[in-house]
Amino acid sequence: MVLKPIIVYFVMTKAIETRELSKNYKELKAVDKVSLVVEKGTIFGLLGPNGAGKTTLISMLVTMRKPSGGSAKVNGFDVEKEAGNVRKSIGIVFQDQSLDDELTAKENLEMHAAMYSVPKAERGKRIKAMIKLVGLKEQLGKEVKTFSGGMKRRLEIARGLVHHPKILFLDEPTIGLDPQTRASIWDYIKKLNKEKGITIILTTHYMDEADSVCGKIAIVDQGKIIASGSPRQLKNELGGDVVSIECRNSEKCRKQLEKFEWVKEAVKHNGTVNIRVEKGEEKIPKILAIVNKQGIKVESVSLRKPSLDDVFIHYTGRTIREQEASPGAAMRLRIKAWGHKR
Amino acid sequence: MNREIEAIYALWKRELIRFFRAKSRVIGSLGMPFFFLAILGTGLSNAFILPMEGNYLEFITPGIIGMVLMFGSMFSGIVVLMDRQFGFLKETLVAPVSRASIVIGKALGGATTAMFQGIIIMLIAFFLGVNFQIGSVLLLLLFMFMVSVMFVSLGITIASKMEDMHGFQIITNFLIMPLFFLSGALFPLSTAPEILRVASMFDPLTYGVNGLRHILIGYSDIPFTTCFAVISAFTVVFIAIAIWSFNRIEE
Ligand SMILES: Nc1ncnc2c1ncn2[C@@H]1O[C@H](COP(=O)(O)OP(=O)(O)O)[C@@H](O)[C@H]1O
Ligand SMILES: [Mg+2]
Repeated sequence: MVLKPIIVYFVMTKAIETRELSKNYKELKAVDKVSLVVEKGTIFGLLGPNGAGKTTLISMLVTMRKPSGGSAKVNGFDVEKEAGNVRKSIGIVFQDQSLDDELTAKENLEMHAAMYSVPKAERGKRIKAMIKLVGLKEQLGKEVKTFSGGMKRRLEIARGLVHHPKILFLDEPTIGLDPQTRASIWDYIKKLNKEKGITIILTTHYMDEADSVCGKIAIVDQGKIIASGSPRQLKNELGGDVVSIECRNSEKCRKQLEKFEWVKEAVKHNGTVNIRVEKGEEKIPKILAIVNKQGIKVESVSLRKPSLDDVFIHYTGRTIREQEASPGAAMRLRIKAWGHKR
Repeated sequence: MNREIEAIYALWKRELIRFFRAKSRVIGSLGMPFFFLAILGTGLSNAFILPMEGNYLEFITPGIIGMVLMFGSMFSGIVVLMDRQFGFLKETLVAPVSRASIVIGKALGGATTAMFQGIIIMLIAFFLGVNFQIGSVLLLLLFMFMVSVMFVSLGITIASKMEDMHGFQIITNFLIMPLFFLSGALFPLSTAPEILRVASMFDPLTYGVNGLRHILIGYSDIPFTTCFAVISAFTVVFIAIAIWSFNRIEE
């Protein structure tokens, strides 16, 4: 039959496929019926505020936690029934550090290689290659406790790659790092994807970085995927322009503008009001006239195309930044803090 | 199978590297037993009427070796908790190897380092003048090994149940110390009050210490075959419990 290879090919193009995957912690739905497909070779970003459920979702995909409902396939293997095969074919960089501080970089990598049954003859070669990739050649023999946060992160990425996984999971790979290190880590990630064809699943809450790195993204909020597509697609779907006004009484300003039919959306963030409209350049005078009439003093005005931040605001009604998390999300975070103390 | 053996070997090696890298830890772990031997062993030499030939130092040496085996092993078991706190545990938990192999690797590693400490104490005792009459070195090593594996397993079990290091102090004060003092490491059980003697029968270390005493200086409060049987049984049961508890760690 000719059909069979086609079907196999079709099935095998999916690195990840979930059906109504869920995880409950008591009454909290940390992951709520997520159905998701990630094609092989993609850099796929899960975007969402703290407590959205990104880490929990990844934990289930890497067989760390058991789903409460639904199913998931990773590299064609069921995460519950074929956990061993899933584990062999993936690499993971956890959100929190997971190196042995008292071992050297080399010992950490060797230990990993042994646990993943990398053939003995290959280990040295691979460790060398990976360590070079992340630029830690000089540090190979040093104890990990002497490393900076960025170096540890890079070592973890190298470790996640030593056994040549088909999928690499990166949970907040750049959190807490300085901009320069962040940029270099994203470079490694892009290089990996391009040169080795590795599928990459990452989470972040840096919108701009997701925009420039990810081929596809899914926006996660309160355990659900609320939008997905390529960054460009998502931004185009919003359409129009964003006019940003910085002014004194931003809440009053937002309320005034909201009333107009040609204003698609007006959102306040700190002292800035973002107004989404069609043909922004023509709307600026109109907006200024309205605001002036109210006696609101405008500090500055700018015009731009929608960013992923705007996409996020559109779908969730707030920005991704933590301090503006909704009451629900704040509760979820509290639960989290509590959960860790126990 | 090969995969599992490799993992066990890697984890065993990790324990050794960590142990020998922290020089202060090695020396620190030998400090207390050394003072027990040097001060108690000589200072209390006339405090007890011993049911055996030889002096008090000779009597407590096997007890102190038992103590070192227990402390060293329990501690390496409890390191699982530190691994959890510092995140390394996750790395082992998602590796494509069974949890049983992880426990076995750790147990072997912990037992090796504990035995190393025990042998050092033996050497120190030798230089302090203890006259060993070791029948079979092989039997000695096997017995030390079983005692160590038993206590690493106990440590792993406890660590799997605890959430953080706060409980560590409680474990030390209410488990490790009583186990040690009850075991007859420092006094002969044959002349101890009834209540102590009965309690000590429930302490696995009692059988460890008396077994060692039999092998090292030819005296025991309990028949050696009993010691050997009890320790083998405890070792098997404890390692099974450790694997079972470790299996239940979610993260
Ligand atoms: N082990 C746990 N027990 C109870 N609640 C948890 C646990 N882990 C995570 N949560 C909760 O699940 C929600 C999602 O958390 P998480 O997946 O870490 O989010 P994110 O990675 O997007 O920040 C949070 O509200 C958190 O409090
Ligand atoms: Mg997270």
